[in-house]
Amino acid sequence: MTYRDYYLSPAVTCRLDQNQRLLGSAGRKALRLPVTPCSQKERWIWRRRSSLAELLTIRSVSHLCLLAPYLHRVGNQLERELASLPYNPAEGSSDVVPESPSPERPTPATEQQMSPTCLQTSVAAMSSQEAGLSPVIPVIPCTRLAWKMRQNESGLGPFNPQYGPSDGKEEFKSAESEYAALQQAFKYIRKAKKKEATLEKHLQTVEDIAWTSGLGPEDIDTLLEVVLSSPLRGDTVKSRMLKCLIPTTLIPECAVVKAFSKLCTQNYSNSIKVIFFRWLIAMFDFIDHKEEINSLYGFFFSFLQEESMSCYICHLLYLLTKKENVKPFRVRRLLDFQSKVGIQPHLQALLSLYKSFCPDLITISLPQNRKYYFKNTDNIWQAAICIVKQRNRLPELPSMKLSFGISASQPQKKKWNSGCIIPMPTSSYTGKKEQGKGGSASLDVIQKVFPIEQLLMFSHLLENIQDIQLPSQICSVLKNSPLLHYLNCVRDETVWLRLYYWMSQVLKEGCTWYKVSDYTTEEEFKSFLDVVGKAQCFLQEGFPSSEMFLYRSLPLWDGTSCRSEYLQLLSWLPLGNFSEIRTLLRDSLAPLFFTSSIFHKCSVLFSLKQLLQNWLLGYAMKVNVKTMMSTSSDITLKVVDSVNELVSFVGWLSTNALRLEENNSFMFHFILDFFETVSDIYLNYNLPLVVIFPRGVFYPALLTLDSVTLNHLCYIMYRYRVNLTAAKENDVIREERQKFNKTYRKFNDYVTALVDCLWTSTSFEKGHFLYIDPEIMEKTKIKDYKKSFNLTNHPALLVYSIYFLLQGWPGEKELALGTIQKKKWNWYLDYLLLEDLHGLHLFMESSLNVADSASSASSYPDAKRPKICTSGPISV
Amino acid sequence: MDSSDVPEFTPNHRVPPRLRDYFTDASPFHRHLESVRKHTSFGQTPFRRKIPECSPLQENVDPQRIAFLLHKQWTLYTLTPMYKFSYTNLNEYSCLLKSFIAAEKQKGLAVEVGEDFNFKVIFSTLSGMKGTQRDPAAFLVQIISKSQKSSKNAEEKVVWTGWFCCVYGDSLLENVPDDFTCLPLFLANGAESNTALIGTWFQQTFDCRFTRLTISAFNLSWMAAMWTACNLEHYVAATELLWSVPCSPQSLDISYAIHPEDAKALWDSVHQSPEEITQEEVDLFIDCLCSHFHRHFKINLAATRLVCVSTSVASAHTDGKIKILCSKYLIGVLAFLTELAIFQIE
Repeated sequence: MTYRDYYLSPAVTCRLDQNQRLLGSAGRKALRLPVTPCSQKERWIWRRRSSLAELLTIRSVSHLCLLAPYLHRVGNQLERELASLPYNPAEGSSDVVPESPSPERPTPATEQQMSPTCLQTSVAAMSSQEAGLSPVIPVIPCTRLAWKMRQNESGLGPFNPQYGPSDGKEEFKSAESEYAALQQAFKYIRKAKKKEATLEKHLQTVEDIAWTSGLGPEDIDTLLEVVLSSPLRGDTVKSRMLKCLIPTTLIPECAVVKAFSKLCTQNYSNSIKVIFFRWLIAMFDFIDHKEEINSLYGFFFSFLQEESMSCYICHLLYLLTKKENVKPFRVRRLLDFQSKVGIQPHLQALLSLYKSFCPDLITISLPQNRKYYFKNTDNIWQAAICIVKQRNRLPELPSMKLSFGISASQPQKKKWNSGCIIPMPTSSYTGKKEQGKGGSASLDVIQKVFPIEQLLMFSHLLENIQDIQLPSQICSVLKNSPLLHYLNCVRDETVWLRLYYWMSQVLKEGCTWYKVSDYTTEEEFKSFLDVVGKAQCFLQEGFPSSEMFLYRSLPLWDGTSCRSEYLQLLSWLPLGNFSEIRTLLRDSLAPLFFTSSIFHKCSVLFSLKQLLQNWLLGYAMKVNVKTMMSTSSDITLKVVDSVNELVSFVGWLSTNALRLEENNSFMFHFILDFFETVSDIYLNYNLPLVVIFPRGVFYPALLTLDSVTLNHLCYIMYRYRVNLTAAKENDVIREERQKFNKTYRKFNDYVTALVDCLWTSTSFEKGHFLYIDPEIMEKTKIKDYKKSFNLTNHPALLVYSIYFLLQGWPGEKELALGTIQKKKWNWYLDYLLLEDLHGLHLFMESSLNVADSASSASSYPDAKRPKICTSGPISV
Repeated sequence: MDSSDVPEFTPNHRVPPRLRDYFTDASPFHRHLESVRKHTSFGQTPFRRKIPECSPLQENVDPQRIAFLLHKQWTLYTLTPMYKFSYTNLNEYSCLLKSFIAAEKQKGLAVEVGEDFNFKVIFSTLSGMKGTQRDPAAFLVQIISKSQKSSKNAEEKVVWTGWFCCVYGDSLLENVPDDFTCLPLFLANGAESNTALIGTWFQQTFDCRFTRLTISAFNLSWMAAMWTACNLEHYVAATELLWSVPCSPQSLDISYAIHPEDAKALWDSVHQSPEEITQEEVDLFIDCLCSHFHRHFKINLAATRLVCVSTSVASAHTDGKIKILCSKYLIGVLAFLTELAIFQIE
């Protein structure tokens, strides 16, 4: 018999022994690390590392807490030893999991991935923060054992090398011998009548194999049978064997059924039964089917009589119970039991599960403060379970064991009907009449129900979508994302009404500036609004109740309380006639907007952008649905009108806000963000509409001091050009030529102004937008004023041109911006691109016809004066 | 799995109705939304109301029942429409509510539905307690404790009473589909802890929501006027108005009692149309009372707040407590309260 994977140096072993004593029997089992002294220095270093690596793969937090002292010490020890050894870089560099391990004893180069440094860091991290261990532990599934587990995970057969991909002889042999040894041990134990040395040896064999590689389904079946039919009198051997029942992959249901029926018929001591039930609870997730076990529900239930094991039976029943198992006589039995033993957490949990299935049979109200209703999973198997789960790649689902205790997370309420408290989902009561009048005759047709209390994850929803009933209080869906998903596909209209009534009430009561009651603090209301906002975002539409609330409360709003949450509601106003919301925006929002701080203005602009986006997305979705049925030109026209009005409203807001805030560049960001969305309406959302932004936004942005704003402006102009060019092909726009001609003309004016200003420096000439009487300009004594807004002199770009000169010609004593010409000009353009002024660049590419027709700034072959550039207006 | 098993969730079947679809142009909710959009704020109340009168339906009510409801102080709540409430299941509800209360009182201990305890919960309808035929029937919930001393003639004592009603609730009813039962007004008498338990059960079972109904000074003055306008053969109490002066450390209350016949005479001089009461009349009535008070005591009541009104018909406090004294105008009082309740839940 060889122990392939675990080798420890005597020194470490000694420490390990000490620690094992500390860890107690459970830990000792989990950490069973047989020891073989090793002669070759290199080899044992590797082995120790790999054994540590093996330990590190165990991820359960609680288990790591158990391990922590051990890891800490071993880690320190190793660190010290590793530091004194020559480091072989070849070891650490391989980080590919080997396709097939070498047949020989695994060599460091192929088998182990962990470089000493990596090891050191992980160990150090562990020792430094023992409490929050799990996130910092690297998972290193690199040892031979882990590799083998992976190889074996698909098959359900016993771990047998004959079917494995192993090509090494020794490996083959050892695994085969393991198999043989196991069978032999079973054979022996089956007949053993007395405790003796040989029996001990065989027991050891089974334990070692079970704790290292686990037992295959057949072996589990055999072992269970062997244990329960063993002629041995004492329980120690049996319980030892029961503890070895660790599956490689899954546990066959039939084995459990067989074992349980034996347990029922023959006379076993309670301790054996308890171990069996504990094992069943711990391994419940690994049992391949549960239908047959469930059909034995009554038998399990009958074990409740024995008080000593009632807590395990309750737990097991909790895992097993389905709606059809909840019967009046069982309820009565449980209540009798309750009156005998009093309040027991495990019983409470089972009873409340019963209640969630049949609220018309039983009621219980759980105390608020309890978190756990069952004892933690047995730590005998905890480590083993983790390894099995990892081996099977089972996702770390919070199993049903944890689903209670959520009620504890609710804050203590001040008054029964006050505040914005969102209840937890609970099963709804369906009248007896609806369940069928025939009494026992109708029991077969009782609808399968998945208790809503257990619906915690999306996967639960997917598996049980037919059996889900909406919660008794519909508002509880707001915080539960699987239920929100469910709401999305449910066709019951009353759902929305129930939500509507509830939410309008709570919004009205909670609203801190419309004082209906003093029960809610601003903080509570804020978080409630946040929940509502998130739910709206999730469903991608606004609730009518929150719309109603907006209409009523906006006139009274102070503009500061719950700002971001409240404005989030605004962004989900439904897409309808703009006339409907005009009064809201113009009469209530605008005065508040103009009189509030710049941050308020920016948040309002942001939420208006969101509103526009939501409208456009909603439209795009609607059109997608409707295209199959009929053309929806009237819808389109309605949307065009609304969006047009919204954009011009925001244009009006922005123009005035810019004046009030003196063209603040922070606000510019939000305004231009809005118009960036506007510029792309046609191409992004397929709405035949192009609205050009107002002059009040364009000119301040053109003459800004901020390069970001100028760049953003150029980008928007570029997007407008792309959209306008594409829109020329559109039928609707072609029909309404007259209206759109104005748009094209406006755009061309802007392009001319932009090019005049930045490139041709003609904006001060007569007929251009910056025209001022030359005589007056003379008096200002500004030299060369005509060029003061070109690419080099523009206040927003001055920084770039100066840096450009400073970097390119550090020796020059005088900074002459005028010298940026010809070749330098092109370098300068490249430089601007390098400085991430992409908007400028895109605009240049799209709107300027350089005489040489070179498109990219970087590919200008030769000096080309910018004056040659002419703007290319879009022909009307 | 056969696709016919899951018709509700297959996308190719039909796109499930969205929230918005339910509030489309035709639905009454849309009309409601429209009106909200136009008003754009809370606080729109009608400018004229009818004088409360007896409903012909009231005659169906057992006079004993009515007597039971009078002369008790009721705490007012509003209630959103109840989902899947059924009048045929009242017995079952009483059973469920009883075990719910028992389970809540002994937290953590499970209780079988239908078990016997030392108290009873009784649901019963109050037929006839409605304004129009369309109004859903009112119903009463009582908790009756049984003294355990002598099991033979166990003394029964009503510990808590609450009733749900809807009188002339048309404006709410027209909007609500069949799955919902609209009883927007809830009146409770008894320990607050019991109200809390029962309210919680109703909220959980019928997905509704209780809110305290407070009565603003504005509505109190309407009550004062409307109740003064009632024709009574004999008056049982003086007409009394209570004004509160907000001052620290304790607020000061000014009680203003008038002989009911004097109040009626004043009202008759103010009142014009025989059928309805207008806002101007109410304002004038209260102004007259205030100026009379000012002439005598030099205290300007207009600067204080009206908190309580009591007449021979009923007395109401701004906290949302009411005591009804006169059976003749019971329906009238309830109609106004229903209107206030509907206004609050809409």
